[in-house]
Amino acid sequence: MPDVPPKPVLPRSRTSSPLPTETAFAPTARRRHVVQGLGTGVAALAIGAGRAQAGQTASSPADASAQPVAAQNTLFFSAAEKAFLAAACERLFPEDASGPGATMLGVPHYIEQQMATPWARGETWYMQGPHVNGPANLGYQLPYTPQQLYRLGIAGTQAWVQTQHQTLFENLPPATQDAVLSALEHNITQFDGLPSGQFFEQLRADTIEGAFADPRHGGNRHLAGWTMMGFPGARGDYMDWVDRYDTPYPYGPVSINGETP
Amino acid sequence: MTDKTLPPVDAVVVGAGWAGCIMAKELCEAGLSVVMLERGGRRSTATDGAYPASLDELEGAVRYKLFQNLAHTTVTVRNRTDQQALPYRRLAAFLPGEGVGGAGLHWTGVHFRAMPQDLRLRSHITERYGRKFIPEGMALQDYGVTYEELEPFFDRAEKVFGTSGEAYSVGGKIVGKGNPFAPDRSDDFPLPPLRDVYTAHLFRKAAAEAGYNPYAMPAANASHPYTNPYGAQMGPCNFCGYCSDYACYMYAKASPNVNILPALRRHENFTLRTNAHVLKVLLDSTGKKATGVVYQDAEGNQITQPAGLVILAAFQFHNVHLMLLSGIGKPYDPHSNTGTVGRNFTYQNITNSTVLMPATRTTDQFIGSAGGVAVDDFNCDNFDHGPHGFIGGSPLWVNQAGVKPIAGAKGAMTNGARWGSDWKRQALDSYRHSFTINAQGSNMAYRDVYLDLDPTWKDAYGQPLLRMTFDWKDNDIRMNRYVVSKLDKVVKALGARDVHYGMRDPAKPFDVRDYQTTHLCGGAIMGEDPKTSALNRYLQSWDVPNVFVVGANAFPQGMGYNPTGLVAALAYWSAHHIRTQWLKGAGGPLVTP
Ligand SMILES: Cc1cc2nc3c(=O)[nH]c(=O)nc-3n(C[C@H](O)[C@H](O)[C@H](O)COP(=O)(O)OP(=O)(O)OC[C@H]3O[C@@H](n4cnc5c(N)ncnc54)[C@H](O)[C@@H]3O)c2cc1C
Ligand code: SF4
Repeated sequence: MPDVPPKPVLPRSRTSSPLPTETAFAPTARRRHVVQGLGTGVAALAIGAGRAQAGQTASSPADASAQPVAAQNTLFFSAAEKAFLAAACERLFPEDASGPGATMLGVPHYIEQQMATPWARGETWYMQGPHVNGPANLGYQLPYTPQQLYRLGIAGTQAWVQTQHQTLFENLPPATQDAVLSALEHNITQFDGLPSGQFFEQLRADTIEGAFADPRHGGNRHLAGWTMMGFPGARGDYMDWVDRYDTPYPYGPVSINGETP
Repeated sequence: MTDKTLPPVDAVVVGAGWAGCIMAKELCEAGLSVVMLERGGRRSTATDGAYPASLDELEGAVRYKLFQNLAHTTVTVRNRTDQQALPYRRLAAFLPGEGVGGAGLHWTGVHFRAMPQDLRLRSHITERYGRKFIPEGMALQDYGVTYEELEPFFDRAEKVFGTSGEAYSVGGKIVGKGNPFAPDRSDDFPLPPLRDVYTAHLFRKAAAEAGYNPYAMPAANASHPYTNPYGAQMGPCNFCGYCSDYACYMYAKASPNVNILPALRRHENFTLRTNAHVLKVLLDSTGKKATGVVYQDAEGNQITQPAGLVILAAFQFHNVHLMLLSGIGKPYDPHSNTGTVGRNFTYQNITNSTVLMPATRTTDQFIGSAGGVAVDDFNCDNFDHGPHGFIGGSPLWVNQAGVKPIAGAKGAMTNGARWGSDWKRQALDSYRHSFTINAQGSNMAYRDVYLDLDPTWKDAYGQPLLRMTFDWKDNDIRMNRYVVSKLDKVVKALGARDVHYGMRDPAKPFDVRDYQTTHLCGGAIMGEDPKTSALNRYLQSWDVPNVFVVGANAFPQGMGYNPTGLVAALAYWSAHHIRTQWLKGAGGPLVTP
């Protein structure tokens, strides 16, 4: 069994409480196109109910896992969000001459699985306010958890694509999808204070992780990411190979659960 | 929530990492009743290093399973005193530990002593180059302890850690092909060096061709099965490549959990309490004597543990934080340059260069350990600094601790592409054919680089966060660029296809988003003058003499080497003087100011 924590309650209600309000975060002046009218719509999409304050989380860390069993199969992403994810991840990590892409590797599935972890709920980040904008080198200062980054980022991107191309991201030709991703990467817009570049970086990091993490996390299907890389996985024993300078290490990968390609 | 006061004990030790476990073991041996308080949970190799589940890059190095949970407490960071410091919200630049073993469970294991010159840097620089060589604003200091005084304790630590290495000079005689710049030793390493991985082997040959002096890096990874003086057993390292960020399933990497705790637990006078977050040290009405500590347990109860002796071993900056929260010593003020707690905060000045080898041979970067090959020709004061006008230096090395594919892909050497087919092709090529050479340098102390309490943000316990004011300075930037430029000859000898030199960029301030090291130093430094150091040469607080503060917080400035070998030696040195002098006296200061 994949060693991941139980899936949490994830309210899908559109009336769930909005994103954290205690924020001194101010979008930087650099943003050129600010998506208009997204405010309430996107905020309402965000999961918010059941968000513990950082302080509460800290003093009662057990709360996070105390989720009703019935809720465990609730998935985080809607079908529409999944369609975006599949298309975007595949452009970031495309199937090509060097091997399979994000879809074949199960990257969207990996991201879905990650959304059920304490990390995705921001429980390993310092989330106390005030959230003050500062120079990039002082690091992440947004009030958003990874779950919220996805919810806001996908809705915001789709709304932005609508204004630019009058369709959804997944319907665009690959070259236009790349142009959109590049625009996100270079912070061309922002979604309720979330610079698009921040969303892009989350998506890029998670795509790479999904391609190369142990398959028990849902990606790297059939160890194809590791085979492409030439990484032997969980073998973890090179006693006989460390100083065989004339021979590259010869064996293919093994996963933690003992799977081979 | 109930508040309660427990029966008093002789000594309380805050933190269950290397520093805490060494101190607790020594004090138990001296017959003291010892309570060790650790804010994190119980951890062991059997549970946290279980094969194969522990070989999981996502959990270990991306989600930071074994590291400090910042939701509970963190620091704020700024570069300059005129900025607002902001919270370090996500782990990145440095990765403090948490839980039994502390960072010692998931460190890599590079195990150095200190260079004699580093321990008396101010005197050494003044003697060799004159006082004017020290730039304005640089707060260079001596440790107040010499290499000769510490030598037996370096030796002790290596024997406890089961360190593998190759000596150069033992008892005044040249005995091997080790580092010719290294000081003399009273004994050889307990174990012979680890074998060179392929990339280290390439570096060794190329560095020799370049005219440098390559040597096997000393590593607390057992090259052969080993039993330490406490009777703790280590297996042989199999180069699994999961040293850094993970617990070693082979019991081959030294950790407090493997090398000390099994023996410590046998002392009946020893108690370990986990999930015990110390809030502060309690002082009596004079403010000159500690009466114990108060901590919060997992249920939120605030518990007072009275003790006659308090050892802070909570890690460099947590020690400084606890001193500031408890009112031990005078907080440092950079404007008036007075006070001691928070001053001389330093880091490790590391940059990484990537070499891409021809496609005819894979570099097998996933094979690794804490060993490797280094050159010390540009470390410390091993070369004439006169013409350069900077202080400090860097070893250069291949210390391949095992590159896993997520890190390999994220850190790939590319033409600037970051995603898509072009990037993917280059990332795969880079993983198979590249390797990294580090310049791990010293970092000098400066008047306006320091630690204090943040005015805005609080931790989960309602206490102010610690604030770091830190930036790279001209001296250290020039040192790094000079040393990295010396790689040129090595890269030519390697026959590399391409190279990316990682050098400090004067236009780029310290960036919390990039992992560098967890080698944070200073903030509560040892020294000879109570006006410029928080601790005397035995790591005893000048102000509250029944408090000893053990960790890299004691380093007056950062050295090129990794810190833990010196942290461990200083712990044994401090414990020795507690045992032989302090316990026999009236509990007062071991040094009269
Ligand atoms: C990935 C990594 C690799 C490293 N590699 C090397 C290396 O190769 N060589 C080297 O020399 N060094 C290395 N280091 C650094 C090394 O780990 C540290 O120098 C060393 O572990 C410090 O030991 P310590 O006992 O001072 O602190 P820690 O090991 O951090 O122990 C301190 C303990 O105190 C606890 N604590 C903190 N605050 C409180 C409180 N308020 N109440 C109760 N408990 C508290 C913490 O939870 C922690 O368990 C590495 C570090 C990391 C993270
Ligand atoms: S490389 Fe060696 S010491 Fe490091 S974790 Fe693997 S077996 Fe242990």
